[in-house]
Amino acid sequence: MAVMTVLEAVRQAMLEEMRRDSRVFVMGEDIGARGGVFLATDGFLQEFGEQRVIDTPLAESSIAGIAIGAAVNGMRPIAEIEFADFVWPAMNQIVGEASRIRYGTNGNKFAPLVVRMPYGGGVRGGLYHSQTIDVVFAHQPGLIVIAPCTPYDAKGLLKAAIRADDPVVFLEHKRTYRLVRGEVPEEEYILPIGKADIKRAGSDMTVVSYGLMVHYCLEAARKLSDEGVEAEVVDLRTLAPVDRETFLESVRRTSKAMVVYEDNRTYGIGAEIAATIAQDAFHDLDAPVVRLAGPDVPAMAFAPPFEAEFMLSPEKIAAAMRDLAAY
Amino acid sequence: MPPDDSPSAATATSGQRVRSSKLTRPDLLEMYRVMALSRTLDERVWLLNRQGKAAIVAAAQGHEAAQIACVFATDPSRDHYLIYYRELTTLLAVGLTPLDLLKGFLSKEGEPMSGGRQFPTHGACRNVDLFSFSNVVGTQLPQAAGVALADKMRGEPNVTVVYFGDGAASQGDCHEAMNFAGIHRLPIIFFCENNRYAISVPLSKQMAVENIAARAAGYGFPGVTLDGTDPIGVYEAVYAAAERARNGGGPTLIEVMVERLFPHTSDDDHTRYRSAEDLRQMRSRDPLPTFEAQLRKAGILDDATHDRIWSEAKRLVNEATEEAEAAPYPQVDQFTRHVFAES
Ligand SMILES: Cc1ncc(C[n+]2csc(CCOP(=O)(O)OP(=O)(O)O)c2C)c(N)n1
Ligand SMILES: [Mg+2]
Repeated sequence: MAVMTVLEAVRQAMLEEMRRDSRVFVMGEDIGARGGVFLATDGFLQEFGEQRVIDTPLAESSIAGIAIGAAVNGMRPIAEIEFADFVWPAMNQIVGEASRIRYGTNGNKFAPLVVRMPYGGGVRGGLYHSQTIDVVFAHQPGLIVIAPCTPYDAKGLLKAAIRADDPVVFLEHKRTYRLVRGEVPEEEYILPIGKADIKRAGSDMTVVSYGLMVHYCLEAARKLSDEGVEAEVVDLRTLAPVDRETFLESVRRTSKAMVVYEDNRTYGIGAEIAATIAQDAFHDLDAPVVRLAGPDVPAMAFAPPFEAEFMLSPEKIAAAMRDLAAY
Repeated sequence: MPPDDSPSAATATSGQRVRSSKLTRPDLLEMYRVMALSRTLDERVWLLNRQGKAAIVAAAQGHEAAQIACVFATDPSRDHYLIYYRELTTLLAVGLTPLDLLKGFLSKEGEPMSGGRQFPTHGACRNVDLFSFSNVVGTQLPQAAGVALADKMRGEPNVTVVYFGDGAASQGDCHEAMNFAGIHRLPIIFFCENNRYAISVPLSKQMAVENIAARAAGYGFPGVTLDGTDPIGVYEAVYAAAERARNGGGPTLIEVMVERLFPHTSDDDHTRYRSAEDLRQMRSRDPLPTFEAQLRKAGILDDATHDRIWSEAKRLVNEATEEAEAAPYPQVDQFTRHVFAES
């Protein structure tokens, strides 16, 4: 097994799929000579040429729309949005259009594109380089939304996304890119879309999360373990369609549940998870379901104290876990 | 030297001068002074970035001449400026101080544009109608058309200047804004700072035509492409466009060809995508030495004035750096304010 970063896993997933399938191509801003602003497509231009590695004009609506058109016409485009914060001009094409092509044509057409985008905070990105906007996509039936947090998951799920016959929004947490390293098998593997993963087993509470927050939850869980509390950490991995069974089954065993997400709290992923638990595991619960999330301000602010205030941390999560354990 | 040729460094240029189609000698010297101050500050913030103190920096180096000319040709006491992130000279020209700006780069308390919430140079000024709401490239263009529309509705003879890069010109928002502005003959100047790159993407991959100004014809208003290293030429074009806009003549697209002398931001490495030859040519188009030579040739700048301007710039930036570094971060209790109107 090779040890690599999340970023390298993403790069290798695309590289392998492009070598395997000539229909796969990448497009986006700065992905050619620059190799992408995060270097996710480093070396691609040299290997595949300008036909399959398209540096686009700075125009996100067209990036998404062109990817849709090419996908409908038999290609497998991977469109990169430079930062999730800049996907808004493309929302009409992704949320409004891509999601409805199969449904709206009664299955006559489909759009197998992947839209990759780095998201998330804790990188001194301020209002426009920190956003977590996953829920906007996850709310829209017809879109698959994937948000891995380890190199292993990122590679296996991105390959699955490229092969999927439906539009996929693939969310990569910027902070995990270089921070998180992990083992990745040498041999080819594909991970199933729509399957959560228990990243840590525990019997005292279930903590449901995804993205960078999974790592913070794991760190918090290790702290709590020293205090005699064992938290089970469920990584959703796919946000839509969401795997309800895995976390429900976990909650039935632990009887306590907490959802941890970086986004603003209100109307967030936590609302869906908490409501599902309340509805389907009510009789197993020993405590109200806890939502731990970002505050309801328009975005993460730039000054270090503001960012620290907005972001969750292993310490904040550990404190919430302690409260829940004591309930 | 005329006696009034040494404006106090601390004074804003706004409203201080009688605007006319021709620049006076003190005007030219003042333009040079602001350019020198901008360059000095720009170099400082890169240093602060390399020292790990400023999280992000986007240089205006190479754009100074065009930016100073555009402010000088308009009226900060009443016109509107919707800028983008590469506008250090514009900000100094409308009256922000090095301290204001350094507090932004270090996100310190008292930062005047966003209270330390945004990236440096983002937010809005209090005394001048200059703002930069977003990092999302291109969004300011339709907003600027709206600003100009409001003036037109109220019959106010102000001009809106909207600044954007060549990259932003590809956004649908740019087309939509220009189309609307053309239809309604809005009092607006589309000021495109074309430095030939959108991060790494060269013009040839952004558009199939020679220049952006050519598009103006499709919207029914004039467009010109100018050498953005020549502040006098840019001044004259912007001045004429502003006069026309104030008199109901509608929009103008002014494209200034400039150089981005540094990588896109402090997070970028332009040697990944710019050839050695390209970088060499770029350096030969630095507007500061060119303008300096021009001023010297015209007998407007001598060694003593030159040295005074640069040492004064250095002093101002040094003092501001010290003060900004010593300032505290904003108070965390400010963080939930201004989400909605406060009663
Ligand atoms: C909508 C959007 N897409 C992508 C980005 C990332 N980005 C920031 S600046 C930039 C290039 C802008 O180039 P240009 O407009 O030419 O301005 P310059 O930086 O060259 O002055 C890109 C792609 C962004 N900020 N907003
Ligand atoms: Mg540019």
